Amino acid sequence: MARRRLLFAVPVVLAVSVGVFAAAAASPFDPLAGYLGDRYLTASQEAQAKLAEQLGTDRPWFEQYLSWLGHLVTGDLGTSRSFGQPVADVLAERLPWTLLLVAVSLVIAVVLALGLGTWTAARRGGWVDRLVTPGCLLLQGLPPFVVALGAVALFGIGLAWLPVAGLTDAGADLSVGQVARHLVLPALVLALSQLPWLLLNVRQSLLRALTEDHVTGARSRGLAERTVVARHALPTALLPFVTLLGARLPELVVGAVLVEEVFSWPGLAQAVVTSATELDFPLLAFLTLLTTVAVLVGSLIADVAYVLLDPRVAADG
Amino acid sequence: MGDRRLVVGVTVLAGLAAYAVLVPWVAGVDDRVTDFAAARQAPSWAHLFGTDSAGRDLFVRTAAGLRVSLLIAAVCAVLSTVIGALVGALSAVAGGWVDRLTMRVVDGVNAVPHLLLGIVLVALFRGSLVAIIASIALTHWTQVARIVRSEVLSLRDRPHVDAAVLGGATRWRVVHRHLLPAALPQALVAAVLLLPHAVWHESTLSFLGLGLPPHRASLGTLLEEARSSLLLGGWWTLVFPALGLVLATLAVAAVGSGLRDRVALPRRAEATL
Repeated sequence: MARRRLLFAVPVVLAVSVGVFAAAAASPFDPLAGYLGDRYLTASQEAQAKLAEQLGTDRPWFEQYLSWLGHLVTGDLGTSRSFGQPVADVLAERLPWTLLLVAVSLVIAVVLALGLGTWTAARRGGWVDRLVTPGCLLLQGLPPFVVALGAVALFGIGLAWLPVAGLTDAGADLSVGQVARHLVLPALVLALSQLPWLLLNVRQSLLRALTEDHVTGARSRGLAERTVVARHALPTALLPFVTLLGARLPELVVGAVLVEEVFSWPGLAQAVVTSATELDFPLLAFLTLLTTVAVLVGSLIADVAYVLLDPRVAADG
Repeated sequence: MGDRRLVVGVTVLAGLAAYAVLVPWVAGVDDRVTDFAAARQAPSWAHLFGTDSAGRDLFVRTAAGLRVSLLIAAVCAVLSTVIGALVGALSAVAGGWVDRLTMRVVDGVNAVPHLLLGIVLVALFRGSLVAIIASIALTHWTQVARIVRSEVLSLRDRPHVDAAVLGGATRWRVVHRHLLPAALPQALVAAVLLLPHAVWHESTLSFLGLGLPPHRASLGTLLEEARSSLLLGGWWTLVFPALGLVLATLAVAAVGSGLRDRVALPRRAEATL
């Protein structure tokens, strides 16, 4: 199955990258403007024509795409104008911060979803359930950037508990304590923006599992409710959760873009927005490709995990 | 349960629609007119929702923004539904390798982070309303396509379709007289459920500064504006547009799920016969 899924990923990645180049060719934007920035308005016609020839932007878009792809395969990612450094350097500098943010918030979201989801299902109708479940429904209506702005307003400005921007305080050296303090709000907001879907899923599938025959059987044998929930109901309820985690990955990427943008977190997702607003095409094209690959690989891992966890699912289904 | 949700959802939506349509009209104020002398005022009787950093009245501007966002979302939902219904129906009717290929394309579109494609498209065609709408419509049709496909597949073997085929109806006639109308309720529900996504998408793009230009009020541009006002203590610039966004998405979602239950009920009853 893994091989078939990989074979499926290749055309998707190719189609996305071709699409980006085709859209760029069809758009009114002149790649030279992206390359020259402000100097675009002052550079002479001849200089521009010469530059276009050097960069190869006067060739048809499909040729440009092929040469970009060729460079990509050999490891040459091009140069980012908006950051004034090679794309590979931007990647090396920013990817770790994005991974840190996403990993921490994913852990928070999964732990909270499993804990609270189990609790609300096991004590359905209790005060925790009556508080958490409507809260989740409300959160589902809030886009991540609204949650982020609300957190900035409340904890950053209203209560002034936590810093709201950047990786460290202005001028401070990079240290674990500094980064940890600055990580709290972005990570919590990103976790919170994914939590409702995960939590309601755990609650729902656990509620269903609790009505199944083998759970009734366990109960009738006089097992403690704790054991029934944790050992008999929860394992079967967790399978859809793994799939959901894979399916939520694109949303997680979207959340990361917004959270990094609001909190000025110097990660890759913020670079996506910067490269888009400044039309930094080499960076934008590469980041689009990278994100697509990351999401495809992530959902592949989720599917493989599902097969490994559930013996009933045939590996070639 | 489903009916209560429908009633509440429709009521809230009607209220929001009335606010969005009537307020800018009755107030007779252009929401784009600036008045820097009245910048960033807290809510008062003169300005119910306060004013933004350019002194524009937020009660009027939120209404205008809500109207723009809902309109864009509605256009996107309709477009996605039409694309999805056509693709889904054709895929189901054609069957064979066409069907398999179409479903792989659907998987492919689903696998790509939608917002990212939106960002790329909108960045390349900056400030163009068509680009915003296209970026949403082109990425959100897949759900409808899946629903319509499975609906058509399950309908294809019903007696009334067999009867039509035996009666000598052409393939096209069978599709548009017997298959599509029956799949319509499901497609409509999917369209309603698409609306909140479209509202989110548009407001997110505008929030990132890539969607509508800042002077055009939309929920996204209002919230982008709130970002800087917040730092100066202007909580109302965030609260009211956000409230509009949340109420609109939750109401539409309630209507959608209420409708879904209603559409699903007769079919369930049919299945038990």
